[in-house]
Amino acid sequence: MGISSNNIEVSLGSSFEYLDLLQSLTDSITSMMGFDTDTAYWIGMSVRESVINAMSHGNKLDISKKVDIRYEVSESQLAIQVDDQGNGFDPQSIADPLDPQNLLKPSGRGIFYMRSFMDEVLMCKRPEGGMQLRMMKRLAQK
Amino acid sequence: MNIKTRTVNDVIILDVSGKITLGEGTQALRGEIRKLLDEGQKKLLLNMGEVSYVDSSGIGELVSAFTTTSNKGGSLKLLNLTKKLQELLSITKLLTVFDVHEDETKALASF
Repeated sequence: MGISSNNIEVSLGSSFEYLDLLQSLTDSITSMMGFDTDTAYWIGMSVRESVINAMSHGNKLDISKKVDIRYEVSESQLAIQVDDQGNGFDPQSIADPLDPQNLLKPSGRGIFYMRSFMDEVLMCKRPEGGMQLRMMKRLAQK
Repeated sequence: MNIKTRTVNDVIILDVSGKITLGEGTQALRGEIRKLLDEGQKKLLLNMGEVSYVDSSGIGELVSAFTTTSNKGGSLKLLNLTKKLQELLSITKLLTVFDVHEDETKALASF
């Protein structure tokens, strides 16, 4: 883990055993920034969902492939970037979980939840390979 | 995650506590539901009041439990949703799928 100015960076092998550790880190950051309890909960869940996707769909749970997570902390917002080393995918190809024919599918809701709980979610293929997801949550004005 | 089962009349109530998340939590729930269905149980009520955390995999497992039970001619209903779980089900339109109750006696009577 490295801290440079207001960025906190973590690089994890693709194993779900790190998820609780990451959850603790996210909870600490959102608490330090002053997010309310509910918002912090949803940010934590969004980070968890994004990293699960990166490890499983991106890196195919290859422990040697890294997921890099960067928290960008500012006074007004928290931005989180999640990079994997997989083959990438077309974000347009993601099925709508609200479509009646997808409603009873057991998977496919993670990105929908991220988009619901965060203010912005962007995904793109990285030029060097892999997928990059960036999401952002603004702090409520006090 | 921990699951305790009790029987009231012909309804099996599963008192679920802890996390329903990717891995251990979802597998434990899946295993318990399959065991009950294999035993011929048809009326399942999941008491979610003590569930502390659910992720999208946990939501998927609830959907699977619902469809598996329905496909075997049974009925699976939910009791005592936490505020967070209710929101996760609501925004994915799954509250239109599940029969959800806040009162155990009324839930039992609905089977």
